Amino acid sequence: MKAVSGRAGRFLVGLAPYAWLVLFFLIPFLIVFKISLSEARMGIPPYMPLVEWADGAVAQWHISLAGYGALFSDDLYALAYLSSLRLAAIATIGCLLLGYPAAYAIARSPGHVRQPLLMLVALPFWTSFLIRVYAWIGILKNEGLLNMALQALGIIDEPLQILETDWAVSIGMIYSYLPFMILPLYATLEKMDLSLLEAAADLGCKPFKAFLAVTLPLSMPGIIAGSMLVFIPAVGEFVIPDLLGGPDTLMIGKVLWAEFFDNRDWPAASAVAVAMLVVLVVPIMAFQHFETKRAEREG
Amino acid sequence: MADNAVKRNAPTPWTDGASAPLIHFEGISKRFGDFVAVDHVDLAIYPGEFFSLLGASGCGKTTLLRMLAGFETPTGGRILIDGVDMTGIPPYERPVNMMFQSYALFPHMSVEDNIAFGLKQDGLAKAVIRDKVARSLDLVQMSRFAGRKPHQLSGGQRQRVALARCLAKEPKVVLLDEPLAALDKKLREQTQLELVNIQDRVGITFVMVTHDQGEAMTMSSRIGLMNAGRIEQVGSPVEIYEYPGSRFVADFIGAANMFEGTVKGGGGRLAIACPELAHDLEVAHADPLPAGSAVTVMVRPEKMMISRDKPEAGLNWAEGVVADIAYLGDVSIYHVRLTSGRKVQALQTNLRHTEEQRLTWDDAVHLSWHPANALVLTR
Repeated sequence: MKAVSGRAGRFLVGLAPYAWLVLFFLIPFLIVFKISLSEARMGIPPYMPLVEWADGAVAQWHISLAGYGALFSDDLYALAYLSSLRLAAIATIGCLLLGYPAAYAIARSPGHVRQPLLMLVALPFWTSFLIRVYAWIGILKNEGLLNMALQALGIIDEPLQILETDWAVSIGMIYSYLPFMILPLYATLEKMDLSLLEAAADLGCKPFKAFLAVTLPLSMPGIIAGSMLVFIPAVGEFVIPDLLGGPDTLMIGKVLWAEFFDNRDWPAASAVAVAMLVVLVVPIMAFQHFETKRAEREG
Repeated sequence: MADNAVKRNAPTPWTDGASAPLIHFEGISKRFGDFVAVDHVDLAIYPGEFFSLLGASGCGKTTLLRMLAGFETPTGGRILIDGVDMTGIPPYERPVNMMFQSYALFPHMSVEDNIAFGLKQDGLAKAVIRDKVARSLDLVQMSRFAGRKPHQLSGGQRQRVALARCLAKEPKVVLLDEPLAALDKKLREQTQLELVNIQDRVGITFVMVTHDQGEAMTMSSRIGLMNAGRIEQVGSPVEIYEYPGSRFVADFIGAANMFEGTVKGGGGRLAIACPELAHDLEVAHADPLPAGSAVTVMVRPEKMMISRDKPEAGLNWAEGVVADIAYLGDVSIYHVRLTSGRKVQALQTNLRHTEEQRLTWDDAVHLSWHPANALVLTR
């Protein structure tokens, strides 16, 4: 009797997150998918119903692939996707280059300073994301802190145009997503058996070579996890390109916004959203594939 | 196989005075803050030895080994290997290879790649590496597992791979940090002799750290017994067991019955007054000591005879009552309470099946031992 109720309890606990995902992720997605197949029109809502009913029977189907057609006919979308992937890749590489040494230093620091250092990594989350991105405008603008400092030091004569360029977007994304890179990297580096490095040294391997031959391959799971955590949200990022980017900054999040709220073409906007999901599902599946393979390898 | 037996009459280069030591610790110390881990150790280890550093945890044996490997820097003294001062030489340039307690096999590499790792660092040709890896694998009988990853191996197999990885580079010294601690008892005993045989075959000097005295006794040519950062005594297993130099050594290795007393006199054969016993003890072959010196007389349990009858003249003896019996099958250990109230151990081989002659609880017994089988300790 007890075992049965225990199993039922486990089932319910397992069910809750699925129920949450179905309610707040799957259903909205199906709505968006439905809109992407509708015909656009002027009115409220700005799309036709998929099905017209009359006397309890289907009177007429209104299915249109125009939204998807737009994705291919207008190269704006393809360019926006590519530009998003490019900027997300830059952000990921930037986070990796900055985050790996940081995670390494934290993982190898003495035990009593590790927790404070990790706290510092997570500290930015205590302030609103939006405010932090706004703050970067103050730093990067032509008469901002950075340009003033560089001019005062005599490094440059004229202010650098950083704000409203892809540079500013990259800086903003690297800044915002850095903790998501550092934390998983720290987790893998921290649990690494340091006697492996002693063994490498003992067998005649110099420290930097030992890093390449032992530490780096063993921290691969952390690199993959951190990169996915940065890359996937960076592709769909809207706030950072909107605030820091310029008119030339092309990112799919911005296009999506413009399609919904400026053009009021909901079917096309929904088609962009569905396509973005597909673009993102591929790296997620690659990640899953890698994870299962790793799990198999480690038994 | 006859040639697999442990060598009985191995050479003893530490006694002939002509051999140069391979490893020389000269006044080596190591402090961690206020804690003195190793305290002015002087020690010479000779080519071809299987030397064990034995001691309880925290005695400094592992620190000494790690200084030899180059993982710790001595705070005083210096280490010579084959005449070369190792001060300032990093681990990756020392002619030693270590087998770690955790084995420290690279989890992302196959058995083969683990063993080849050290050889690749030397920039050897691929064919040479392949050849040496194959020979090392063959030596530890792991050729069939060359392609496996460490996690696909059992504990005993991992231990063999770790050993093969050490031997592949043919170092001057192999360092073993508790090499058998992770194995279960049966496998451990089997591996002890195998390790000695492999060492004998490759002829490389082994320095092992262990807390297991049985392991040290079985495997070593010599043992360095450590206590609180110092070497208490260095000697062959027989020397350490039969002629311990101090109470600490006598107590650490095996079991020891100790009687406190005062020297009354005698040369070569000492008479010692022992307040615990009603009569004097005699010890043969002892160094002469001035009368009145406070000493300890040590007798190993297996050197004590136990009997209901009074012992013959010329033997040392004590009277008591059997308080406890530990029957171990092959032998029994009798805990005898002396008239003074102190307990003494005597070990007897169970030669017969039958029970009739066997002693039992509360039997009044005589313990006796020959003066030549007792030892006088002054420290």
